[in-house]
Amino acid sequence: MTSRIILPANPKVGLKMDIRILIQHPMETGFRYDASGSAMAKNVIKKLSLDLDGLILFSGELGTGTSANPFLQWSVILPKSGWLQLKWEDDEGNSGVERVLCNLSA
Amino acid sequence: MNKQRSIISQGFRGVRLCILYWGLSTTSLNAQVLTGPGAIAPQFMRSGISFASADLRATQADDSLNPAFLWVDQGQVMWKEGSGTGSSAAGINSSAAHPSCASCHQDWQQSMRGVSMKYPRWDPQTSHLINLEGQINACRTQRQHLPALAYESDELLGLTALVSLASRGMVLKRVREPSIDAALARGQLRFETRMGQNNLACLHCHTQNAGQHLGGETISQGQPHAYPAYRLEWQKIGSLQKRLRACLSGVKAQIWAFGSEELMELELYLSFRGEGLPIESPGVRR
Repeated sequence: MTSRIILPANPKVGLKMDIRILIQHPMETGFRYDASGSAMAKNVIKKLSLDLDGLILFSGELGTGTSANPFLQWSVILPKSGWLQLKWEDDEGNSGVERVLCNLSA
Repeated sequence: MNKQRSIISQGFRGVRLCILYWGLSTTSLNAQVLTGPGAIAPQFMRSGISFASADLRATQADDSLNPAFLWVDQGQVMWKEGSGTGSSAAGINSSAAHPSCASCHQDWQQSMRGVSMKYPRWDPQTSHLINLEGQINACRTQRQHLPALAYESDELLGLTALVSLASRGMVLKRVREPSIDAALARGQLRFETRMGQNNLACLHCHTQNAGQHLGGETISQGQPHAYPAYRLEWQKIGSLQKRLRACLSGVKAQIWAFGSEELMELELYLSFRGEGLPIESPGVRR
């Protein structure tokens, strides 16, 4: 499963920027039944975090109310340049990590 | 009520002009233009995205918002590594026995430009129509010596999305070859023939009533130029044939199998019918 961290083209020091993420995930709610009538097991991203060189920017739990292939966006002022790291883990034990270098210009 | 009436009269005017155009085009020398009651005159052609909400149009316009690009990313990895075993994401690395796509085709942005619009084409090897999905699988089994990918698997969708993306922005243009004439005529017949319990042909909605409403939905012209596309209803990316199957289910007709002669011929006809539209793949649809 792939994921993306999308940064603005030219992020600047001290200015607000949008960080967007997109994760390929079915986000199965656990409320659905398959064609044969048996319940489909819940499988959603339960833990998600975004950090900048270890500094946690966001950490949270997504529930069943989140759509498939979740898209999240934060408006932040980053204290410094560094590696942004997205980590997630779902109910089935699958996990993913995505890293991208964020260089702030003056 | 007035608004509704004006929409209907506009629709009729469109049909009248279509018929006028049809009359003109049969006498013109241009053999490329499709004729028949299912065709749409170039000046009335509209992309499916023009019927969508502003939010959805924005989603398609921005690659960083378009969720279909998650599959493009997957396709890009497979292109380089020759991976994808059909079931697991952990693939086989490129080797002499299993060359990657890139080891023959190099840079997909250049080598695959304009390729997706050549499909479906006639395959002399099998004497059947072959579409992009079929071509990718033929490459996998014959040249990469890897198992074929299942229709609608994430791996196959990733590769078709990647190859289609290389043609984005190009105007859909097909070459009429004698080998596909019979299949094209059969595809046209399928488009124009009533089917299912609802007893509707494709053209009743997608030519004669495009732009009108069916339930909460605006009927599109049934153009193929954005597929494979991410559909909100599916919550994932899907092929054109998956979309056609959804329509077959809608009119309560027998649902043709993936890769069947019927769907291939319809896909072929649609690609000719949509000539002149710029490729949007991978698009976003409701």
